[in-house]
Amino acid sequence: MSAKLKNKGVVPSITVPEGGKWVTTARQTAADLLSETGLPHRRDEYWKYTDPSTLTAPEATPAAIFESDEALPFADVDAVKIVFVDGVYDAAQSDALELAGVEIETLADAAQKDIHWAGSVYGVLEGRGQNPVSRPLASYNTAMAEQGFVIRATGKAAKPVSFIYLHESETSDAVIHHTIKLDEGADLTVLENGPAAARINAVMEVEVADKAAFHHVRAQGRDHERRTATHIFTRLGTESSFKSFTLTVNGVLTRNDAIIEFTGDDAHATVAGACAGDGAFHHDDTVFVTHDAVNCESRQVFKKVLRNGAVGVFQGKILVKPDAQKTDGYQISQGLLLDEDSTFQAKPELEIYADDVACSHGSTVGAIDETALFYLTSRGIPHKEAQDMLTLAFLGEAIDEVEDETLADDLRALLEGWMARRHG
Amino acid sequence: MAALDDVQVKEGVDQETVEAVQSVGGKYKYGFETDIEMEYAPKGLNEDIVRLISEKNNEPEWMLEWRLTAYRRWLQMEEPEWAMVDYPKIDFQDQYYYARPKSMIEKPKSLDEVDPKLLETYKKLGIPLKEQALLAGVEAPEGDRRVAVDAVFDSVSVGTTFKDELAKAGVIFCSISEAIQDHPELVRKYLGTVVPQSDNYYATLNSAVFSDGSFVYIPEGTKCPMELSTYFRINAENTGQFERTLIVAEKGSYVSYLEGCTAPQRDIAQLHAAVVELVALDDAEIKYSTVQNWFPGDEEGKGGIYNFVTKRADCRGDRSKVMWTQVETGSAVTWKYPSCILRGDDSQGEFYSIAIANNMQQADTGTKMIHLGKNTKSRIVSKGISAGKAQNTYRGLVSMHPKAQNARNYTQCDSLLIGDKCGAHTVPYIEVKNNSARVEHEATTSKVDDDQLFYCRQRGMDEEEAVALVVNGFCKDVLQALPMEFAMEAQALVAISLEGSVG
Repeated sequence: MSAKLKNKGVVPSITVPEGGKWVTTARQTAADLLSETGLPHRRDEYWKYTDPSTLTAPEATPAAIFESDEALPFADVDAVKIVFVDGVYDAAQSDALELAGVEIETLADAAQKDIHWAGSVYGVLEGRGQNPVSRPLASYNTAMAEQGFVIRATGKAAKPVSFIYLHESETSDAVIHHTIKLDEGADLTVLENGPAAARINAVMEVEVADKAAFHHVRAQGRDHERRTATHIFTRLGTESSFKSFTLTVNGVLTRNDAIIEFTGDDAHATVAGACAGDGAFHHDDTVFVTHDAVNCESRQVFKKVLRNGAVGVFQGKILVKPDAQKTDGYQISQGLLLDEDSTFQAKPELEIYADDVACSHGSTVGAIDETALFYLTSRGIPHKEAQDMLTLAFLGEAIDEVEDETLADDLRALLEGWMARRHG
Repeated sequence: MAALDDVQVKEGVDQETVEAVQSVGGKYKYGFETDIEMEYAPKGLNEDIVRLISEKNNEPEWMLEWRLTAYRRWLQMEEPEWAMVDYPKIDFQDQYYYARPKSMIEKPKSLDEVDPKLLETYKKLGIPLKEQALLAGVEAPEGDRRVAVDAVFDSVSVGTTFKDELAKAGVIFCSISEAIQDHPELVRKYLGTVVPQSDNYYATLNSAVFSDGSFVYIPEGTKCPMELSTYFRINAENTGQFERTLIVAEKGSYVSYLEGCTAPQRDIAQLHAAVVELVALDDAEIKYSTVQNWFPGDEEGKGGIYNFVTKRADCRGDRSKVMWTQVETGSAVTWKYPSCILRGDDSQGEFYSIAIANNMQQADTGTKMIHLGKNTKSRIVSKGISAGKAQNTYRGLVSMHPKAQNARNYTQCDSLLIGDKCGAHTVPYIEVKNNSARVEHEATTSKVDDDQLFYCRQRGMDEEEAVALVVNGFCKDVLQALPMEFAMEAQALVAISLEGSVG
């Protein structure tokens, strides 16, 4: 199978930023790979449904700032808040980088040193995720990123780390790279929200050691014209757990890649997402789960509500390697089309080389269930309200994947707000 | 059997059983060779070969031009590499593109004149052409369903049975080479309209060098009085078979068509690149069933047929219906996606498939359902079974175009793995541009259920029988879609192709 980029795209000439030994090695390795693969384009199998040209263009397309009086999500959550403005860390607006059980350092500081623990994660998990499918935007990020944090959880974190990405300049172009390592038995929650910039290329690498647990909840900013490409790379040790959820409302282009690798037995991973798109909205979730250990469980749950020409894409893959017996792989992707102009495209893949496994995937697309709608309206609920109720219930099934109730409620409130404004 | 030596025997399976299973081995029943004098075109492929094939078939000028256009286009194309199959590069110059038994140079006027050796071959394969022909004049006993056969041997059609009786009903059933001469207006009107000359690499190659195949025309309002079938046999060595089948069902007509294939057991892989085009007009229904049992290669993966086939149906008319059913047990490498273009309003496409890959076989197969018309419906049921060191991939597309109001699709693809050295993969593409369309896709992958096996074993079945029974249960949805006499055969075939796979 050749899922590699066959038609080599533009090869950007890049010079990696200066830094200490470990980071320079990682950056150069990524830059070398990028010059081999070139940037992605529409003819690549994994960019078939999403045109990457605005993500790979030399300059970011300007994006207007979205003015809103609504509260930021997770505002009430007690967390260490770290603020970025147009992709640049703003220490003045951020909390002190202190958290019991967790070491937090900027990538810039860590990059000064010649030896750093981050060298075992930065570019390493991303590099592993480059096979069998090339991910040139992630290579670019690893080679060029100067913004981001290196975080190491040694025990149970007292509270979450919350990244807030503010967007202030219409032409900002951000590259952010977070490196996260959870030692054995550690527990950490990372929250992210905000649009970040007119264009953002974000990578997060998460090493989850044995018995550690990582939670990630993200709300992508509502700026209509922003363009976003994110990658999460994770490697899971024995009995570890990884849970990631993303809510996306608005944004002209969003591509979220999640690359998950099980290397220790008895581990669990969930990647879930809910998105609501209206008009010029293109949302792509691309997931690649590799089972290379025994008795692991993976779940992918993605729901998309689309209207006014919005496009939803889901490309999910479960790869079960020959010795990954007792794997339980589950994948569901569903599209709800609110009108005739919207599009949903899905490619739910299974590649299985072990016999004692239970893997399943399902994918459905359709309009709102007329029977349910009739049931509600016949009980006196106005048509629009009934439609909203059913839409929220549909997306709610993805939000249910978020363990923390407070966070889940925040996400539901965000969605209800969107529904309400639609009629306003 | 060799492949079994490497398979780790699961706990609870006693050594005796394993040995018994090994001794059974994966026999290929149809691996014999017919010793017959053949006439070949020179090896290799160039414009002269294309001209020669056209000349041998006594074709009119337009047909030659059609072939040459395809050939020139093919030269500019690249072999597709996206399928999950791995095989040595084919040397297209190291093949014969035309081979016919010498006795067929003068085309026999009736089956009586056909070389007895050829008839014997088909008899051995379970298709007694002559007896069938003799019975033609006799009133068939009640309830006995008859099947008309077009027998294709390497590059030529040996004969077609029940031709006269079919003609009475207005049905044309003959080899495509005859059709080009006898019914040029029909062939010209429909050939290449479903699978264009430049459709894909192998279809284009076929368009240039196809030597024979079947042609079926069912006139308006006619229900074809019997099942039609084509039996393809590859016999000559180093010879590619490129057959072309065209079926046209006029308004309100119905036809059920069966296709069977076998080839001798050889060490060197052989290429088979066929094209099948179906056209269904208003209210017409075509049922197309395939039992593909080409030689799959030996346990080491030596030899076997590369089966690179393009099959497509165009449901052109309103309320037309096409049903593809396939039982794929043979071939070393399969690359095949029988598809439906649902153009007419209320048209329907169905795809039922069982693909079994054992030993070193690789299958990448599935379907495409392109919904263009209103209220179009499609249903896909695919069962993939992998055993030995085989790789089995379902690859499919369901596409709902903006104008396909109220279109429906239901897809179910299940994979079963027997042994831990094989692979089962699912690559569906779902593209929906219409909110009144409803698409549902489900897929599961599992192994043969231990409880079910235990239950069968407890009742005295040996392990092999038990697996065959469980697998037949797994395949039931598809087997039921086959014409009755085929279903029994297919059920046996399912069991045979899994012989020796129990580990």
